[in-house]
Amino acid sequence: MDGNLNMIGYGLAAIGPGVGIGLIFAAYISGVARQPEAQSRLQAIAILGFALAEALAIIGIALAFVL
Amino acid sequence: MSSLAMAVRAEEFNAPGPSNFDLPGFFDSGFTKPMALLILAAIIVFAFFFLSIRRGSLVPGKLQFAGESAYGMVRNGLARDIIGGHDFRPFVPYLVTMFFFILVNNLFGSFPFIQFPTFSRASMAYALAGVSWVLYNWVGIRRHGLGGYLKLQTVPAGVQVFMLPLLVPLEFFSNILVRPVTLALRLFANMFAGHLLAILFATGGLYLIREVGGIGYIAGPLAWVLAIAITFLELLVQFLQAYVFTLLNAMYLQGALAEEH
Repeated sequence: MDGNLNMIGYGLAAIGPGVGIGLIFAAYISGVARQPEAQSRLQAIAILGFALAEALAIIGIALAFVL
Repeated sequence: MSSLAMAVRAEEFNAPGPSNFDLPGFFDSGFTKPMALLILAAIIVFAFFFLSIRRGSLVPGKLQFAGESAYGMVRNGLARDIIGGHDFRPFVPYLVTMFFFILVNNLFGSFPFIQFPTFSRASMAYALAGVSWVLYNWVGIRRHGLGGYLKLQTVPAGVQVFMLPLLVPLEFFSNILVRPVTLALRLFANMFAGHLLAILFATGGLYLIREVGGIGYIAGPLAWVLAIAITFLELLVQFLQAYVFTLLNAMYLQGALAEEH
């Protein structure tokens, strides 16, 4: 079984976006719990925030393969 | 396919990697499985919408109802809510087509006997993001003129003048150059990673049963159960990524069409 340090580095780098995505959906869930009728508006915002936080993880995986 | 079998047959377990996605062409031609799947997806999307509106009636049948609610979901939930009331109409066909084309291509990743998400090949995702890049820049330039559009995209509102030399290159880099790359990589990396995980559990389970024995007879089937669970988790991710790709397309179009602030 072979591998290199890039993969360990990527694993560490993915912690940040993981925490970020968790925070975004935690805020989304509590927002919907407080005001269920706002769900449709909050959903687009939550998914946008999710996509932006995920972009960091994606840049990470690209660099893990490239470097 | 043969590299998959070899990974399992070797004495030591070779974890699957990016090479598992390099499928050979059919009959030694350059025509590969992802290309065939792209064409198949286009035919499926066309056939679904064509059949659902062929006999349009005021009281919709089952198929017409499915087609109309699928169209309405993208039209109202994405195009109208994000691009806004008076500009969204010309972009509805584009966004609906894009959403369902990506969705069908992603679902191929979990569909039995096909089981290959087309966008796990990066070039396919880059091509799609290129289409979106050309469209939103073209729409913005036509609306605002080249200079006005560049100003809209690169000069943030309400910033002191002495900060502009720092911010303008950054905004240009992020809004014009990096956007299509992250758009493509997001779709590609999600499809790639999900499929790789499924391959890992499937080949790992086979390796445990055939080569390890003993505890492998318990752990191997457990890995296969996980492979099935991952496939169902992938269904969620596949839908979400098609939605996110279309959502970001709509956001970029909205940003290009926005009034000067």
